Amino acid sequence: MELVEAIVLAVLAASTPLLIAATGELVTERAGVLNLGVEGMMIVGAACGFAGAWLTGSTTLGALCGIVAGTLLSLIFAMMTLGLAVNQVATGLALTILGIGLSGLIGAGFVGEKVTPAAHLHIPGLTDIPLVGRILFGEDAFVYLSLALLVGVWLFLYRTRAGLVLRAIGDNHVSAHALGYPVLRIRLFAVMFGGACAGLAGAYLPLAYTPFFIPGMTAGRGWIALALVVFSSWRPGLLVVGAYLFGAVTILQLHAQGAGFGIPSQFMSALPYLATVIVLVLISRARTGGSTAPAALGTVFVPDR
Amino acid sequence: MRKILIAATAVMLAAGASLFGASAAEKLKIGFIYLGPIGDLGWTYQHELARQAVVKEFGDKIETTYLENVPEGPDAERAIEQLVRAGNKLIFTTSFGYMDPTLKVAKKYPNVHFEHATGYKRDKNMATYSARWYQGRYIQGQIAARMSKAGVLGYIGSFPIPEVVSGINATMLGAQTVNPNIKVKIIWVNTWFDPGKEADAAKALLDQGADIIMQHTDSPAPMQVASERGKLAFGQDSEMIKFGPKAQLTSILDTWAPYYIARVKAELDGSWKSEDTWGGLDSKMFEMAPYTNMSEDKPPSPRASFIRSNVLLRARTARKLNARVAIILTTARCWA
Repeated sequence: MELVEAIVLAVLAASTPLLIAATGELVTERAGVLNLGVEGMMIVGAACGFAGAWLTGSTTLGALCGIVAGTLLSLIFAMMTLGLAVNQVATGLALTILGIGLSGLIGAGFVGEKVTPAAHLHIPGLTDIPLVGRILFGEDAFVYLSLALLVGVWLFLYRTRAGLVLRAIGDNHVSAHALGYPVLRIRLFAVMFGGACAGLAGAYLPLAYTPFFIPGMTAGRGWIALALVVFSSWRPGLLVVGAYLFGAVTILQLHAQGAGFGIPSQFMSALPYLATVIVLVLISRARTGGSTAPAALGTVFVPDR
Repeated sequence: MRKILIAATAVMLAAGASLFGASAAEKLKIGFIYLGPIGDLGWTYQHELARQAVVKEFGDKIETTYLENVPEGPDAERAIEQLVRAGNKLIFTTSFGYMDPTLKVAKKYPNVHFEHATGYKRDKNMATYSARWYQGRYIQGQIAARMSKAGVLGYIGSFPIPEVVSGINATMLGAQTVNPNIKVKIIWVNTWFDPGKEADAAKALLDQGADIIMQHTDSPAPMQVASERGKLAFGQDSEMIKFGPKAQLTSILDTWAPYYIARVKAELDGSWKSEDTWGGLDSKMFEMAPYTNMSEDKPPSPRASFIRSNVLLRARTARKLNARVAIILTTARCWA
């Protein structure tokens, strides 16, 4: 039973950065902007988050530094793709390369340093409940924040007028523009939100997951977050399923290896990706109708052309 | 007129070639291909330290270039070729996965010398070098078996290549000399460097009852996990005591500098030959970090006695030196 608890705790920790980054990218893409720079914004968020936490001694301030760094980087993307109407795919890829280089530069002075990992919640009585106590009431703030963020995004997208406008812009920016909605301004906010989330997700790594900074420590998690957005068919409800499924298979395959199942480790390492693809196929089969991608995703908009 | 032009071109080419030749003779260009970032505090970091040692040793006589974060596999060929085109005459490709790409480029450029780490394919202009880390792993196995209360060791593997597999076997053989019933749990993470995944693997091993963590991956994340949980661990490639002051027992320290200096010297005086170098503790291809966090009251088993004196001595001096151990690379000469 203790092992089950340990596994669930590890799954939540492994899934949280993916969930936070993917939530941000989901909003960006719902507004019709494809930002492939998630990995770059995450790693810069990791470097700045660590730098902030190390200099101030506060995890909260570190996380804020990560958020600000991710947002600033996303502003570069916004200037290029929204302002100058440059190709989004190329700009996003460039942003990733820039981010990886920049994070190495920012983090160079902090390699080999340590910070105190983010505190875990402790409510006397509740946290001590066997099996579920630590899982429900003993996580660090990032885990709760990631879920709150997801619920917030869901409420925003489906229960507010602004959310409706954002989705409309993502589906047909010309019509939205004709109706008088500020397409570029709303897209700017969506891109900035995506950047802030990616920065926060990156900061989670050196502040809570593995409390030190090393260049390249995101190790491709930004790309997985991007894939999860597609997996979720751009819906927050499925996003949380995807993130936890991916995290769960990642951790479970490690445990299966440790327990000595005679399955080749290469296959085990491929499992999270395989499981994600299979579930994606099942979801697509169950759904009727065409593509769920925002119709204007990745297309450039120049007002009053 | 045409003849004059051709002649002029020939003269220019000759002048250019002699100029180029002169500058090349002045400075030997040396290239390095790194697997991870130079700040990984593990594998790549140690190669970078050795490169710096080479620069310090030869100063103006050489010029070095390195490319970091070069993925293993076919794409590495492009990076290696880039170094060749930039005029590098001696190129170190520092990971197993660069083996075939290095060989391909070596066949294409017979006048450039290549040094490939940990591989088994050689050519007239491609040498290989590696260290007998299994010796260190054997020692670690003996230490682990003596320090483990559960009798279960957790081992994080990267890829099942010769170097990693021999390390696991040596650990097992060493551990069995102390405790014949020792168990080694292995988790392959199929990556050299992913701090998050390495930490997850360490957690999984500890959750499954292992009480000592050994790793063959490059980040200090597993050491840190062991430290947080109050368990013991071995560092990898470089000194990791900073990430587990109460956890690190010892660490295998890759010391490439003497080899790199020797090879560059050979290249400079024209005596470079393709060889297979496979040095052990005796030839200082690697060293053991100071032995720390070992209790002195535990009676050593007779068969492990050859390490006893060193273990106890190191444990004692290390404690005294604890404050100074913060310096990342100590020059521990435990076998000198």
